[in-house]
Amino acid sequence: MKNYLPRSTSGIFYTGVVLVFALIPVFVSLSGQIFYLDIFSRIMVLGIAAMSLNLLIGYGGMISLGHAAFLGIGAYCVGIPVYYEIYNGWVHLVLAIVVCGIFALVTGAISLRTKGVYFIMITLAFAQMVYFTFVSLEEYGGDDGLVIELRSEFGTWLDLEDNMVLYYTIFGVLLVSLFVVNRLVQARFGRVILGSKYNERRMQSLGFDTYRYRLVCYVISGILCGIAGLFLGNFTSFISPEMMDWTRSGELIFMVILGGTGVLFGPIIGAGVFILLEVWLPQIITFINKLELGVELPHELWHLILGAILIAVVLFGRGGIHGLLTRRKRG
Amino acid sequence: MDWNPFLIQFINGLQLGILLFLLASGLTLIFGIMDFINLAHGSFYMVGAYFCATLTFLTGSFVLAAMIAVGGVFIVGVVVETTIVNRLYRADHLDQVLVTFGLILIFDTLVQMIWGPEGMVIPLPPVLDGQFEVASLVFPTYRLLIIVSGLLVAAGLYLLVMKTRLGMLIRAGASNRVMVSALGVNINRLFLIVFALGAALAGLSGLLIAPITETSIGMGNAIIILAFVVIIVGGIGSIKGAFYAALIIGLIDTMGRSYLDSLLKLFMSVQNAETAAPALSAMLIYILMAVVLAVRPQGLFPPTGTR
Amino acid sequence: MRIFRKLLTGTISAMVLVGFSPMATADSVKIGFVTTLTTPAAVIGNDMVDAVNLAIEHIGGKMGELDVELIVEDDGFKPDVGKQATDKLVKQDDVHFVAGYIWSHVLLASRKSVLDAGKFLISSNAGPSQLAGKLCHENFFSTSWQNDQTPMAMGEVLNQQGVKSLYIMAPNYAAGKNMVAGVERTFKGEILGKDMTGWGKVKQVEFAAELAKAKASGAEGIFIFYPGPPGAAFIKQYQQAGLQGQLPLYSVFTVDSISLPKFQAANLTGVMGSSMTQFWAPDLDNPQNKKFVSGFKEKYGRYPTFYAAQSYDTIFLIKAAVEAADGNLDDMDLMRATMEEAAFPSVRGKFSYGNNHMPIQNFYLREVVEDADGVWTTKVVRTVYENHQDPYAKDCKN
Repeated sequence: MKNYLPRSTSGIFYTGVVLVFALIPVFVSLSGQIFYLDIFSRIMVLGIAAMSLNLLIGYGGMISLGHAAFLGIGAYCVGIPVYYEIYNGWVHLVLAIVVCGIFALVTGAISLRTKGVYFIMITLAFAQMVYFTFVSLEEYGGDDGLVIELRSEFGTWLDLEDNMVLYYTIFGVLLVSLFVVNRLVQARFGRVILGSKYNERRMQSLGFDTYRYRLVCYVISGILCGIAGLFLGNFTSFISPEMMDWTRSGELIFMVILGGTGVLFGPIIGAGVFILLEVWLPQIITFINKLELGVELPHELWHLILGAILIAVVLFGRGGIHGLLTRRKRG
Repeated sequence: MDWNPFLIQFINGLQLGILLFLLASGLTLIFGIMDFINLAHGSFYMVGAYFCATLTFLTGSFVLAAMIAVGGVFIVGVVVETTIVNRLYRADHLDQVLVTFGLILIFDTLVQMIWGPEGMVIPLPPVLDGQFEVASLVFPTYRLLIIVSGLLVAAGLYLLVMKTRLGMLIRAGASNRVMVSALGVNINRLFLIVFALGAALAGLSGLLIAPITETSIGMGNAIIILAFVVIIVGGIGSIKGAFYAALIIGLIDTMGRSYLDSLLKLFMSVQNAETAAPALSAMLIYILMAVVLAVRPQGLFPPTGTR
Repeated sequence: MRIFRKLLTGTISAMVLVGFSPMATADSVKIGFVTTLTTPAAVIGNDMVDAVNLAIEHIGGKMGELDVELIVEDDGFKPDVGKQATDKLVKQDDVHFVAGYIWSHVLLASRKSVLDAGKFLISSNAGPSQLAGKLCHENFFSTSWQNDQTPMAMGEVLNQQGVKSLYIMAPNYAAGKNMVAGVERTFKGEILGKDMTGWGKVKQVEFAAELAKAKASGAEGIFIFYPGPPGAAFIKQYQQAGLQGQLPLYSVFTVDSISLPKFQAANLTGVMGSSMTQFWAPDLDNPQNKKFVSGFKEKYGRYPTFYAAQSYDTIFLIKAAVEAADGNLDDMDLMRATMEEAAFPSVRGKFSYGNNHMPIQNFYLREVVEDADGVWTTKVVRTVYENHQDPYAKDCKN
């Protein structure tokens, strides 16, 4: 079995990762590149979402192609109350937890009766239903989405309208999530989930109700993703059904794989690399074009490069970035 | 009551179903026999449409162009299978989903780089561009052609699968993969043929729709999810299941778009009904899939011998 | 918690101090331009960018003493991606003007980022009702139109032509809703049916069911709004269903110089002679338009679209403001006052701005014809509205 706690070498690396996130605002203000505050806020939010998906994929072996639905529901739990001028962030938070929890419980109870590819498809089906539900809700913008005029209010001491405060709030949520997920997978609960990924029969014969364990895992994952959605809504100040599309779920899966499945820090790193690629690749193409080398690279080329990286990671990069790092250290 | 509008919508639904079937039949075989999830199946649909568009302008004949284009997509299928896909038959579904997701990005970009972002309208010969009249029923001729050619292909597939040696292997593979390879059949070649055949069918589906809509980048991505719904509802690996499920889903979608808004207007405001109806009819399809998965996960018409 | 808070405020104020740099005097005007460069709608975005580049070329790359620096971003046809691109322009590139925006929903999602940062936002196409009314802003300008205006003109045309009943089809998004509201506002006959078709991630391009409903409704005409690729699909299916004789086509923003060459290549004669309304046409007779259309045709070998015309105007609007402020880009008030006068040479001829900074302008009836070289284009038939103002201006508290 793999070791799910960072070893001392990778421990240093992970401390470094946390430090980078902690210090980004300083770099940002020193260099004047305020935009990177946004980028790293996004990385952390999607990192938390990917972490919740990692609970399912990496530890539980449950491949969900509908996880973006939780992200969207969480964001609408900010958007819709704000639309009715309810700004209290605690209300939003409770709403996100309750709605995502119930949705995960109901859909999970049905989905977890299936396995493998059928599970992929049924989670997709539920996500599509949520997607079309919000498309049909004319009142909340339908396809156009909903502009979130003011951010959640968690009290006077935590003014999320200030991007810096929002950044550190998300950072705090990230740390708490890391802690919670780590404790969870260390505990007996995590071992049962992991055990039933590899050999469900054995866990059942040991007397564990694996279905119930999986369901609890699914609900926890859904709630965590919903909380990420809450901050996504606050961060982008805008929410549309688009954010729940199956391709967004696919991107979350990619983040998990890219960072390394079943590794605590994998999803964060995966989210970071994914988003930085998304930001930098078009800029690199623009830059190369400005050099006027005689060939004009088309703007859309970056999609192709991203696709090629995706394929390369799966075909050649077993274990994602975490795998690459540990392999090099051990080799 | 005037039944003509209803009949027209019924034929529209059939036509959508037939197109879905062409796309889904390849997908279900690839899935059933190789246990391979191909999200990029929709890319063959797109490539077929673009090949056909260019060839129509080159040769001046839509029918000739269509035939060459199907062959072209078959070759693209062979290339994709031998370079990338055949490495992934043993991989888990997660890897397959990701690689084929990457393939979608690559195909979409390549098509945009080759053909540009604007779509192409495929001109039809005047014979096909008109309307067909039976009694008081008027219907575009070309849509009838889709239905007829789709049914012919379905019949051809039936004969291929039921009456030939290749078909026997395909059936055997769909119900018990390990057994077929144990029998000493060249499994690699079987996989290659099935994959490329599936690609060609998807290409055919795409080039048939293109003269109605137009070719566009990512046109396959919208419909591929529907095709997955079809094969899940029909039962993975089952051609027959794909056929019935495609017709059911084509009809649900069309009928939903035609009549759901009038139905909703009975108990909600006109404006809300107009917005909600298209979304709800799209949702009906996923509700159907979720119900099938929850109650009868093997699908409505699973291939015989599984279970 | 209190310690945390103290730490936080401490770090933040330190950062603000470090991050503060003296105001640099600008030596270039930075213009951010958000449009669609991927997906099939990239064909519109490319046309707009071509027009902007032509305009910059025509002004010699300079506005007064300042160089023009153009930064183009892709919205991917998605509101959230467009907002992200806008944030990048505002925060990373620190542009002075953010312009572009084909799609109403993208513009609505991005509005806050630009206006909160105290920059000018110029729509080169989208004209959602919200931005003309309640959400109007002193720093928001449009070089196009408010969504309702063009279909209102079409409704007027329908009345004049004695059309008694109408079937309506439009995509289900912000602009589609405005277009429908617009034609319903002026059309006096009966509306026998209406379909709002899917426009989200999956854009509906198969209209068989809706066309059959339209035909069965017995309406005397069909009004449509399908910008970009779905428009071509609609026209194609309209012709295949043999409706051109029975259900005359009245469109807005659907038949344009992007779709016409494709229709001609596929010989879709059904579109010939069909009518549409618009604020501009390639054959409008004024010096600026002649320079624009001939320059565009020379450089790119095709007719410009209305999207291109609006984008070309955008650059001249900005140029007028920058030159009036004598290059002092911090003088927002002076630049705003200059833009409000609409004193720049516009391809549509003389127009003025309303209190909501939407153009008050003429609308023309246009018809599809063949030009002298055998190329399909559109030509002005007559003026429908003179100096028309959108109906939302009264809700604007500017």
